[in-house]
Amino acid sequence: MEDEQSFSDICGGRLALQRRFYSPSCLEFCLSCPRITLRSLTAVTCTVWLAAYGLFTLCENTMILSAAIFITLLGLLGYLHFVKIDHETLLIIDSLGIQMTSSYASGKESTTFIEMGQVNDVVINEAIYMQKVIYYLCILLKDPVEPHGISQVVPLFQSAKPRLDCLIEVYRSCQDILAHQKATSTSP
Amino acid sequence: MGLVSRGAAEAGRGAASAVDRPGPPDAVPNPTPTPPAEGADPGSSRPGMVLKAFFPTCCASADSGLLVGRWVPEQSSAVVLAVVHFPFIPIQVKELLAQVQQASQVGVTVLGTWCHRRQEPEESLGHFLEGLGAIFSHRPWFQLCRERGSKSWSCKATHWQGPASPAASGEDQVMLIFYDQRKVLLSQLHPPTALPDRQAGDTTASAGGLAAVFDTVARSEALFQSDRFDEGPVRLSHWQSEGMEASILVELAKWAAGPVCLFLACLLSLISAASACRVFKLWPLSFIWSKLSTCEQLRHRLEQLTLIFSTRKAESPAQLMRKANMLVSVLLDVALGLMLLSWLHRKDLIGQLADALIPVADRVAEELQHLLQWLMGAPAGLKMNRALDQVLGRFFLYHIHLWISYIHLMSPFIERILWHVGLSACLGLTVALSILSDIIALLTFHIYCFYVYGARLYCLKIHGLSSLWRLFRGKKWNVLRQRVDSCSYDLDQLFIGTLLFTILVFLLPTTALYYLVFTLLRLLVVAVQGLIHLLVDLINSLPLYSLGLRLCRPYRLAAGVKFRVLEHETGRPLRLLMQINPLPYSRVVHTYRLPTCGCHPKHSWGSLCRKLFFGELIYPWRQRGNKQD
Repeated sequence: MEDEQSFSDICGGRLALQRRFYSPSCLEFCLSCPRITLRSLTAVTCTVWLAAYGLFTLCENTMILSAAIFITLLGLLGYLHFVKIDHETLLIIDSLGIQMTSSYASGKESTTFIEMGQVNDVVINEAIYMQKVIYYLCILLKDPVEPHGISQVVPLFQSAKPRLDCLIEVYRSCQDILAHQKATSTSP
Repeated sequence: MGLVSRGAAEAGRGAASAVDRPGPPDAVPNPTPTPPAEGADPGSSRPGMVLKAFFPTCCASADSGLLVGRWVPEQSSAVVLAVVHFPFIPIQVKELLAQVQQASQVGVTVLGTWCHRRQEPEESLGHFLEGLGAIFSHRPWFQLCRERGSKSWSCKATHWQGPASPAASGEDQVMLIFYDQRKVLLSQLHPPTALPDRQAGDTTASAGGLAAVFDTVARSEALFQSDRFDEGPVRLSHWQSEGMEASILVELAKWAAGPVCLFLACLLSLISAASACRVFKLWPLSFIWSKLSTCEQLRHRLEQLTLIFSTRKAESPAQLMRKANMLVSVLLDVALGLMLLSWLHRKDLIGQLADALIPVADRVAEELQHLLQWLMGAPAGLKMNRALDQVLGRFFLYHIHLWISYIHLMSPFIERILWHVGLSACLGLTVALSILSDIIALLTFHIYCFYVYGARLYCLKIHGLSSLWRLFRGKKWNVLRQRVDSCSYDLDQLFIGTLLFTILVFLLPTTALYYLVFTLLRLLVVAVQGLIHLLVDLINSLPLYSLGLRLCRPYRLAAGVKFRVLEHETGRPLRLLMQINPLPYSRVVHTYRLPTCGCHPKHSWGSLCRKLFFGELIYPWRQRGNKQD
């Protein structure tokens, strides 16, 4: 079962939230970030090449122009492979754990899996980000030493940065699954 | 609700899957999540709980049989290790499992049945399955089933109390997690952080469910020793059942490693005994050995080689990795050293270097003389105290003159020395670099001497100035209380003190300038030596074997796991694929870094500046508590 909704992020860009419901104990959320636009790409390339041409008129060295081309190409490849995140996925499996995957524009995927035994709770926190106050969803991890303490806060959807309405959707579904998991895992 | 569910359970058991003959299957009834009856054995299931079954991908196409593995009650998950095929004799299966349990300390039992059917099952097989469940009593009892040629799976986990009360049985939902057995067997989990205050008792609980799965598979090697070509009583299906994995080269290397290690260990112990003999502990020799970084590097390498070729087997995987990293590092070092040697000899660079060395030393001395002449004049427009200037300048010039004569005395022997030093590159590039660093230290010895003279003079002056400044203000340093106290001086004390203070203040610029110039020169030499040492440290400590393993066999070093949801149809159980998430390169380097000599500067920038200001001598690196020239 799959449905898609449209939200916006904190800067106003369009986000698409895809929710896949596999079973009552397994849920997947996929948040797609705004794509790289032709306008920004053209703007950056033109700036770099104009600067290189300006240097060339000063120095009369053609190496500057070829260096500018290389820098633009390598910079674009590096940006697509290491910086630009295409979509972020959150997979919650009851009694197994929570998995976060970030897929980059070049296809690279980086995954983190947190076992359910380490998860204390999933909450929405407030944070001050530059001049704004934003909300973000995060996982609270248990402290192994202290039973009710929190050892670490793992923020989710850091590149997409959705607004509160999107976060509430994800939060409700997560809490359903966590409540179900807590109900079934209490020791007899 | 209860009657209907019980009825569905009965029907489900009746039309169960085929076992060894392909019978025509019906559509297997959807496993309805029925709550278990009261009186179900405690501790194994709770209402609506989902059980996890870890199933190896190699067994997904195996013929029908029994599932053999381990049940982990804390995570309510079953780790399937192998499939026992029909026909079998239950007694023999139990014997085999007992053997494996004894050999590996893993609680291997029969978990359930597996059927891979083509057509509809026969009626009698349903009862046969029930009978199996009675022979191998395990709660919960899994029944996995797959239609041949399609992707539809079904699985049930039942708890029944036995034939006496067949009605009191419950079913749980099962989640199938596929894993690659070979990769999970070979991989090693690296937990994110190891907490310091963890007791030994709760390692398994806090280690997490997935670490238990990895542990189970890794320790059950005894189960995977027989393949399908063996004529044993029981026929198993697992990752090695198509044939045991082995390599001739590895076996030969293992066989040859014993005597070779023994021989090399004896040789190395001879060398270390020779180097530890009393002759080398006499004062002048031991002083020189402690100063040279070459000796340090050679000692480090000797230690590493002793560890690699020791005849004791590595106890833990971390130790094995360390040995492998050291071996690869030594081999790379020697390879780079031989390349350097061939390059030097090909271009006859040693002769050219020897010819160029004396003129370079002369040139450096000449530049220093010019510098001193400049300081003795009016450097940068500053006005120096003439007398002190002349004294210091002449003293340093005489020193340079001595140095030049010494270099000229050594000149006939330089080429021979350099040639022998070049030969030492075959011991490794690090040794050659350490020798280069030592040669630089020896050639700039006069700069070091000038720095020490300048620093001592300046330090003396600063201490005198601070003490006399306190006198000027009427205070005194209390050595007992380690603080400044007021003190009443006599008039003549004050007079002499103020006079001396004035003299020192007016002589300060001259001394400070000499100190500044020679400190800068010394820092330059230290920076060059530091760069060389950094390169040597890099070669020493980089874990190349681990990096290569991460590049070529990423599943061996696992940071964790990742899951992928496979095709899902409603009514069928949820199927996940568990893959290994490899360790990032930065963590590989951080975890498997080899220990180095530890020749890193121990000062922070603040303390360095403080020492420079007060004229204290800087020793940029300390090796094992000794000072470096």
